[in-house]
Amino acid sequence: MAITQMIGAKIHRREDPRLVSGGGRYVDDLKRSNTTYAAFVRSPYAHAKIRMIDPSEAKKAPGVIAVLTAKDLDGVVLGPAPVAPAFVAEKKTVPDRPPLPLEEAVYQGQPVAMVIAEEKYQASDAAALVHVDYEPLPAVWDLEKALQPDSPKAHTALADNIAWDLTYNADAEAAFNEAEVTVKERILQQRLAPTPMEPRAVMAEWSPHEGSMTMWISNQGPHFIRLFVGGALGLPESKMRVIAPDVGGGFGSKISPYAEDYLVPAAAKITGRPVRWTESRTESIQVTTHGRGQIFDVEVAGRKDGTLLGMKVTQYLDAGAYVGTFGAFQPCACLIAGGGYKWKQIAARTVGVLTNRVSTDPYRGAGRPEGTHLVERMVDLFAREIGMDPVAVRKKNFIQPGDFPYTQNFGLVMDSGDYEKALDKALQLVGYEQVRREQEEGRKNGKYIGIGLSTWIEICGFGPSAATAPATGGIGLVESAQVRVTPTGSVMVWTGTHSHGQGHDTTFAQIVADTLGVPMEQVELRHGDTGEGTAFGYGTYGSRSLAVGGMAIRRASQKVVEKAKKLAAHAFEAAEEDVVFDQGKFYVKGSPDNAKAFGEMAFAAYGTGLPEGMEQGLEAVSYFDPPNFVWPFGAHVCVVEVDPDTGAVDMKKYVAVDDCGNVINPMIVEGQLHGGIAQGIAQALFEEVVYAEDGSLRTGTLLDYAIPTANEMPPLTLDNTVTPSPSNELGVKGIGEAGTIAASAAVINAICDALAPLGIAHVDMPASPDRLWKQIQDNRGKGVSSNGSGARGASGMAGAAQATPATGQDPMPGTENRGHVEGTGGPPPGGSQGSPQQGGDQQMGGERQ
Amino acid sequence: MKHKVATTINGRGRQDEVEARLLLVHYIRDVAGLTGTHVGCDTSQCGACTVIIDGKAVKSCTMFAVQAEGRQIMTIEGLADGDKLHPIQQAFWDEHGLQCGYCTPGFIMAAKYLLDTNPTPTEDEIRKGLEGNLCRCTGYVNIIKAVKTASQVMSGGAKPAEMPVATPASGS
Repeated sequence: MAITQMIGAKIHRREDPRLVSGGGRYVDDLKRSNTTYAAFVRSPYAHAKIRMIDPSEAKKAPGVIAVLTAKDLDGVVLGPAPVAPAFVAEKKTVPDRPPLPLEEAVYQGQPVAMVIAEEKYQASDAAALVHVDYEPLPAVWDLEKALQPDSPKAHTALADNIAWDLTYNADAEAAFNEAEVTVKERILQQRLAPTPMEPRAVMAEWSPHEGSMTMWISNQGPHFIRLFVGGALGLPESKMRVIAPDVGGGFGSKISPYAEDYLVPAAAKITGRPVRWTESRTESIQVTTHGRGQIFDVEVAGRKDGTLLGMKVTQYLDAGAYVGTFGAFQPCACLIAGGGYKWKQIAARTVGVLTNRVSTDPYRGAGRPEGTHLVERMVDLFAREIGMDPVAVRKKNFIQPGDFPYTQNFGLVMDSGDYEKALDKALQLVGYEQVRREQEEGRKNGKYIGIGLSTWIEICGFGPSAATAPATGGIGLVESAQVRVTPTGSVMVWTGTHSHGQGHDTTFAQIVADTLGVPMEQVELRHGDTGEGTAFGYGTYGSRSLAVGGMAIRRASQKVVEKAKKLAAHAFEAAEEDVVFDQGKFYVKGSPDNAKAFGEMAFAAYGTGLPEGMEQGLEAVSYFDPPNFVWPFGAHVCVVEVDPDTGAVDMKKYVAVDDCGNVINPMIVEGQLHGGIAQGIAQALFEEVVYAEDGSLRTGTLLDYAIPTANEMPPLTLDNTVTPSPSNELGVKGIGEAGTIAASAAVINAICDALAPLGIAHVDMPASPDRLWKQIQDNRGKGVSSNGSGARGASGMAGAAQATPATGQDPMPGTENRGHVEGTGGPPPGGSQGSPQQGGDQQMGGERQ
Repeated sequence: MKHKVATTINGRGRQDEVEARLLLVHYIRDVAGLTGTHVGCDTSQCGACTVIIDGKAVKSCTMFAVQAEGRQIMTIEGLADGDKLHPIQQAFWDEHGLQCGYCTPGFIMAAKYLLDTNPTPTEDEIRKGLEGNLCRCTGYVNIIKAVKTASQVMSGGAKPAEMPVATPASGS
């Protein structure tokens, strides 16, 4: 068996035999002796005053141990939940987020009381018996209305609904003064429910004699949970152990601490019994943080020869009722709005708006899908305006391989890239010229074929510490690893990252096996338990695990090799520099036949007669602080045909050529891309969290929140290029979010290209059949406009053909009265001001049986 | 009030007293202690709780435990032959048909029913056959590939892949 050069090999996952056999250990599978069960009483209103809570009937119900309200938490939970200041240095308003509100509920589903019972059905029964006297208050959800002075406030005590208003760059005038052409668009990013298949779950056990808490949680970064929840419970980190066992997907929604994450351990402390709670799917869609929920007003300036000059972008971000712990990360969309192109100037402003909805927070891509979608859409609109092929516009403006490291408009240094190479490969795979010919032929026959490009870039791999510490409130994002070799040569590895589907147990073991020259079977990887390993782990999000965590493992392994090499030199009575380490064996230069195995050195490290001054043992800790972010990129090309009579989108081809630098395990990289692309396509075509006028959720189940099934997913054609990152010695970049970052723009660009003959230049997401059908009908009715901008305002409620009654509900922040944007970012594009908007009870792309 | 229920799960008979309203999935997980069958929704959309009852794939959240009286239930824990994985389990492993693993037991049981009733399905039939199950990680690409591979193996068209752990294969 080859025991080295594992890096780059397609190794099947070590975690799988367990998971395909029912041997997974998710939080809901765990039970402690004497476990009790929690259920939450949740506000049915988007905004209401809590006049009184009467738990008396619930307390009498069978099996009930306790009913807790805000008052019962006095002295148990200290202070509100944290909010990291990520990327938004100045926050204007950050409302305190108590685990249970005392007087005012500010979004539907907010927990207002908690029931603990012997059995979980009993807990649910009793929760229904808690009487809460609410006084409904005016709610706010429309981003533009929320910014008006006379708007209701998300919290009655607020002076306005502005969470933040920050301008990164104010000036793009010089670029716009040079412009021969400008194009404007308003780009919507609907609210999305991350929907990991395992809902959130928490269990906690209090040990009164030790004064310590153990908590099991479905989470992506248990050390941060220990920091936040332990702190709120008044426990030193040494008395708080947080374990994230098998976690059934996260996608960003399992980073931040939630109200329930404080309440379950608090209840364990109050009742003296272990408490477990598992979210229902309806709760998950209702109260687990959402992604996106943004409006972008964008204007691009350029020359008729295809040169891009400047961009002005304003982001309105629906922060929800509280600013999510990492909600202010999403403005990073502004910072990468320039994509992979050269611009003279980009002006960017972000406005965070408080509404009576659940908080938004990172969801796969977190800001980078939004930034990519807007720039890729704008480049296409610009190309159409000047009558140039979108491929040619991209190639004319790409940052070139020789330009790296390239300092972009916001001062970020892009580490490496070869954008044209990836694009050319993708065009070749899709047969670009041929598809263009088919498109032309099709148009003669009433067929609406479209080709969409997304030449995406990404910033990921967070750290570096200097850049991230201000954004996290002081903890610089680095990553830790501990490598411990036992006397018989077993290798234990702890990583501060967390795997919830990414296959770290395999990929990281490949790195260790390669570095130490030992078989993978000898390497045991551990993560997700703050009671073991390094002092702090930073978790998994932002496509950071390999580029930062993998590097820490590499460095710790190298430290182990360095010590073993000293031991070998001592044993050989040779100078250290004369000792060679090759594929797990040490020997003196020129004498490879007289070698000592790594395992022999491990045993020697615990023996006697060590070199003078050397201590026993063979283990090392490393914290890797990357010198820069990493910058993956790629080119996705999507070919669609739109049926103008039904609005249905038939995805005919989807080609993705991605570059994440060196690849440790190609099978896992492909898997990450498959899933990422699926989520991007889902945003483009199917998914949207829809609320009714009164702020109540309309898409509270998987029947009406339409994540795709196997039927909706097209076959994917994947390939890659390899441009190693100079930011780490493995040369790797993240790939976990890439597919999602790239895909929505490719799909929507393809649809807009297909519908170009109808004068449709832009469509909103999700481009569901009803929405497209309505837009197509409107455009057919009014005739083809020259630049297609007449299509604006046509989105929103359709569905008459699907016999869905028009309800006049608001489907999305800002879609209502799009024409009225005074004071929030200038007039709308395309002369659609005042177009009637119906809003919509969106019917999703696919009906479920 | 509790009701007696007698079932056979993975070949072992058992008798329990349960509430009439106890869902079969909670009976399997909490009473029988077989936690490989998962709960991913509360409206019978996700299929994570799929088991085989008397030869048919059933979402175990759609039945009460008492309705399983006298039935033969097979869960994910009962699929392998001792240490030897069932060809569908092996194929999910070989083809990287899972990531977080939460939906996987349900998919495997649904795939078992599909292949039991249609041993050589077309890709379209696989997609339709699995439309009652949701996965958020894989985009279904490798799940479909896994079912194709399992179909080939089970119908004698190909040998099971070699034990792949820690065996570097050529890059894809």
